[in-house]
Formats: sequence, structure tokens, C-alpha cells
Amino acid sequence: MTMQIADSVSLSASDAEARAKARAHAAAARNNLRTEPRAVRITIITLAVLFLTVFVVLPLVVVFAQAFSRGILAYFAALADPEALSAIRLTLLVAAISVGLNLVFGLVAAWAIAKFEFPGKTFLITLIDLPFSVSPVISGLVFVLLFGAQGYFGGWLRDHDIQILFAVPGIALATTFVTFPFVARALIPLMQEQGTQEEEAAISLGASGLQTFFRVTLPNIKWGVLYGVLLCNARAMGEFGAVSVVSGHIRGETNTMPLLVEILYNEYQFVAAFAIASLLAMLALITLIAKTILERHLDEGHDVNDN
Amino acid sequence: MTIEVKNLVKKFGSFAALDGVDLKVNDGELLALLGPSGSGKTTLLRIIAGLDWPDAGEVSFNGEDALAQGARERHVGFVFQHYALFRHMSVFENVAFGLRVQPRAVRKDEATIRARVKELLDLVQLDWLADRYPSQLSGGQRQRIALARALAIEPRILLLDEPFGALDAKVRKELRKWLRSLHHEIHVTSIFVTHDQEEALEVANRVVVMDKGRIEQIGSPDDVYETPATAFVHGFIGESIELPVQVEGGVIRLGDRPLNLAADGLAPGASKLFVRRHDMLVGPPGSGALEGAVQHVRNFGPVQRAEVALSGGETIEIDAPRDRELRAGDTIGLNPRRYRIFAGA
Repeated sequence: MTMQIADSVSLSASDAEARAKARAHAAAARNNLRTEPRAVRITIITLAVLFLTVFVVLPLVVVFAQAFSRGILAYFAALADPEALSAIRLTLLVAAISVGLNLVFGLVAAWAIAKFEFPGKTFLITLIDLPFSVSPVISGLVFVLLFGAQGYFGGWLRDHDIQILFAVPGIALATTFVTFPFVARALIPLMQEQGTQEEEAAISLGASGLQTFFRVTLPNIKWGVLYGVLLCNARAMGEFGAVSVVSGHIRGETNTMPLLVEILYNEYQFVAAFAIASLLAMLALITLIAKTILERHLDEGHDVNDN
Repeated sequence: MTIEVKNLVKKFGSFAALDGVDLKVNDGELLALLGPSGSGKTTLLRIIAGLDWPDAGEVSFNGEDALAQGARERHVGFVFQHYALFRHMSVFENVAFGLRVQPRAVRKDEATIRARVKELLDLVQLDWLADRYPSQLSGGQRQRIALARALAIEPRILLLDEPFGALDAKVRKELRKWLRSLHHEIHVTSIFVTHDQEEALEVANRVVVMDKGRIEQIGSPDDVYETPATAFVHGFIGESIELPVQVEGGVIRLGDRPLNLAADGLAPGASKLFVRRHDMLVGPPGSGALEGAVQHVRNFGPVQRAEVALSGGETIEIDAPRDRELRAGDTIGLNPRRYRIFAGA
């Protein structure tokens, strides 16, 4: 009898203990929804941080360390070099041209795809992605084939004394081609989601096509446009492969920043090479920050009219 | 403003959204386009607004060809099902939009625009929301702002696409009454689309019932309810009992059982008998045209709804007054007080 009581007491005690434990466990699970053991969590996080440090943070640090290895004066002297200045100017010019063109192309393409139904639409969407799936070197070679001395338009261009290859137009064309998808890609899903109802409302209220575009469509997609432009610009300034093929590497004339970095590096001018590289790295950092801010804006104000 | 639509045809691929529609809307009328989804009612509305174009047919406003004008010139106020408010503009700017985009020559000055918007917001009783954005409003508020925005341009016609479709039942009922009184106040020729018969019958002066791109009946709410013109209208509006019958030599048969109902002027052949649930009178067995056994009974306030298995095998639902309690297992006679028979299977 006493045994039995003791038994039942101890049983209920361990029962209560188990129940309390289970409850604590459930509460913990509710709190953070992570049920993996602590050790697994720490391992995964450590791996991720280590990987990021070795492959992302360390190279960035090295770039800046090398750039400033001879002091700040050497750094600025390297940047003030006429070749470096010319490369910076060319890069900015090419980026401005290709971002400008792709802004227009991207808007038009996204508009057509999102707001109209027409045969071949799926094909067009696939075509827009082409520059992403083709190696940039091949994109460059296409332009050599088209505009080179032996290319399809080579003879005609020579006769009319128009220089495309190994000059600014060729570099701008190749960059534009490679960066084409960015604006369109950013806008298509956004415009598809927004549909055409607000535009229809604007027109039925008496707005003209232009008024509808500038007062209704553009404000609705402005963050998407900025997002596309930002990524497009980052890629345009950093493009190496396609530009390398069409540029001709004429010093002080057709070298963009990435090309100049390679040349200087091959000539063992490490400070100069990394000084230019540090500019590109800073561009990347600024792009990242701006991208984060823009993404926050893009997440706002979805689905206002669906409810 | 009168609207006249003649022989309108609109196809989407091989699907005929409108299949020869004729309609005349009188000046100052509040007309409902009622039909199931896919019946073409929204397409008709969008063509009148100029947001879609017909493959054939005519649309005229006051006798003037409307198809010669784009949506922009037609001066039609359109309220979209999902409101389509400009999400980046405040409520005030949404309502002001139609006034701000007017050509410079006729555009009002800022003070006039402000006064007009204020007036409209007062009309829809939402002046206190002027500085909010659409995402901060409830569904019913958005709907009323959409209406104020459409009214800002002093439209010649007001078109509303499922105006209460996205709202919950209580708000719907309030807005229905409100829309009717608003129409009484401003008296602009209005058409609204709905798939909700109660909405159409309660709000509209006249109801147009559509199915499969055609107009089935045009009439007052009483007309379409009391004297449905086609089998579709009878089945769609109000709750009906529908039984397949045969008309032969002046006799109506359900299966092999002759029904004691008048068959005057009916074409022989397969037909359909329609009776409203509450028009089926219950009597003792053997007293009526039909006979059946009660299966279930449920009480709905003043009526009891009984599921009855007819002797021929069909099961129907009837609404009977509660003065005589029905019980499962009872055998009863049924007599349609009022009924309609339409030819066709």
C-alpha cells in the first residue's frame, strides 16, 4: 500500500517535471520558432559568417589596404594620373549613356509586356533575359562581328569614316547590351501586379496619355525604376568582359576603370591598380546601401486596391 | 442623358462576351445589369465607358455616336470594382484628379478646385479623410471616395462595376441605401453591374437580366420577379422549384403522372415548370397536383423549409408558413398557387 502510494507520488512528480519541461520547450519554440539544437544553430551561423568574411569582407579590406599601402598621398596621386582620370571619365560617360538608353528601353518593354496582350509576348520576355544568359565576352564578340573591319557593316562604316569599334560608341553599345535586362526586369513584375485599372481610371477622368503616364504610372513605379537604374549603373561601371573585347585598350582613350585596373595590375603598379579598384568597391558599397533603402520603399504600398 | 445600345457584339477569342445586345437607358434612370459571372454585363459597361471596343454594333449618347469618342472625351464617371484609387495620392488629390487634368483653357483655379473637392467629400460624408491615403481607408470608405472622384468631373453618365462586390454584408446594405438616396439627389443617368439579385431589385428603377452575352429580360424589379420572361430569369431571380414536365394534348405530365394544371396556349413537348418556394401550398394527401413525403424540416424565422421527395422521385424544397407544423415522414399534397411553364428541356 505504502509502496503504491510512493510509486504514484514519484510517478506524478516525474510526470509533472516532464510536463513542465515540455511546456518550457513549447514556449521556447513559440518564442523563436527555432527547434534546432543550439549547437546546430551556432555551427550554421559560424559557417555563414566565416564564408562571408573570407569571400566578401576580406577582399574588400585587401583592396583598401593595398590602395593605401603607400599612404594617402600615393593613393590620390594614382587617382590624379591622366590615364586614371580618363578611365573614370569614360566609365561615367558610358554608364550614363547605357543607363539612359536602358531606362527608355526598359520602360517601353515593361510597359508593353505588363499592359498589353500580344502574340510572342513570352518570347519577348525570354529575349529580354538573353544578355544575362550569354557570356559577356560573346556579347562583345557579336559587336566585333557586326562592326569590325571584316564585319557585316565594317566596310560601310569605314567608307563613311564612322568609328564604332575601339571607340566610345562600341563600348557604350556593348555595355548597353549587357545591362539591358536590369530596368525591364525590375519593372515587369511590378507593373504586372499593378495592372491597368489606375490608368483606366485616369483616362476616364479625362487625363491624356502623357498626363496618365506622368501623374499615375510613373509615380507608381518610381521606386522600381530607381532600383533598376541602380543595378544597371553598377553593372555598367563594372563591366569587364564585353568591354574588353570591343575597347581595343587604347591608353588614355578607350580604357574604362575595370580595364585600367587589369592593365595596371599586370604592370605591377599595385597602388594605382587598387586605388582605381577601391573606387569600384565604393560604388558597390553605395549601391548595396541604396538597394536596401529602395527595397524597403518597394515593399510599401503594394495591393492598395485589392482587398 | 439617354444611352442607346444597338446589336452590340464583342468576342474574346471564340468566346462571345456580348452576342447582340440592344438596350435603351432613359435620362436620369438608375439601371441595374444583373447576371451571373461571364454573362457579359461588365463588358457592356466597359464598352459604354469607352474602356473596351465592340466588334460590331452601335452605342449612342443622346443620339450622338459615342464610339467615335475615346473614353477621355465621353465624360463618363466610372467606379471600378476594386476602386482603382491612385495609391500614391491623398484622398483629396484623388478626388481632385479629374479637375486637375482638364485642358488649361477650361481648368478651374486652385480655389475653385478646392471648394469643389470639399463639396464632394461632404457629399460622400468623408471630408475628415481628405489627407489620408487609400491604403489607410476601409473598403466602404474607398468605395465612396471612388464615387466622389468619378462625380468630380460632373459626368453625363455614372457607371459602377460591382460597386459593393468587395464589401462585407453589413456595409453593402448601408451603401445600397446610400447610393439610392444619392442618385435621388443628383439624378445622373446611372448603370450599375451586379450579380446580386437583392442588390439589383432593391436599388434600381429598372433591371436588365443578362445571361451568356444576351439580354434575357428588361423590366422593373417587380416585373422581373413576378413575371419572369424566360426560364433563366425565373431560375436566377428568387428561389424557385424547377421540375421537368411534358406538355401533351393540353395535359401537363411530370414523369407519367398528369398534373392538374392549366396548359392553355403551351406548345407541346419537353418543358420546365417553375414555382416559387413559397407559392407551393401544402394540403392533405391527395388534395394537390403533386404529392410527396417530407424528408427534413428546418425553421427559418416565419417559415419552415421542408425537403419533400415527390412521388415521381424528384426532391424539392418548399417554404411553408408555420401555422401547420410539418414533420419528417408526413405525406402531403402540394398545389402550386402560382406557376410558370417555359418550353424547352
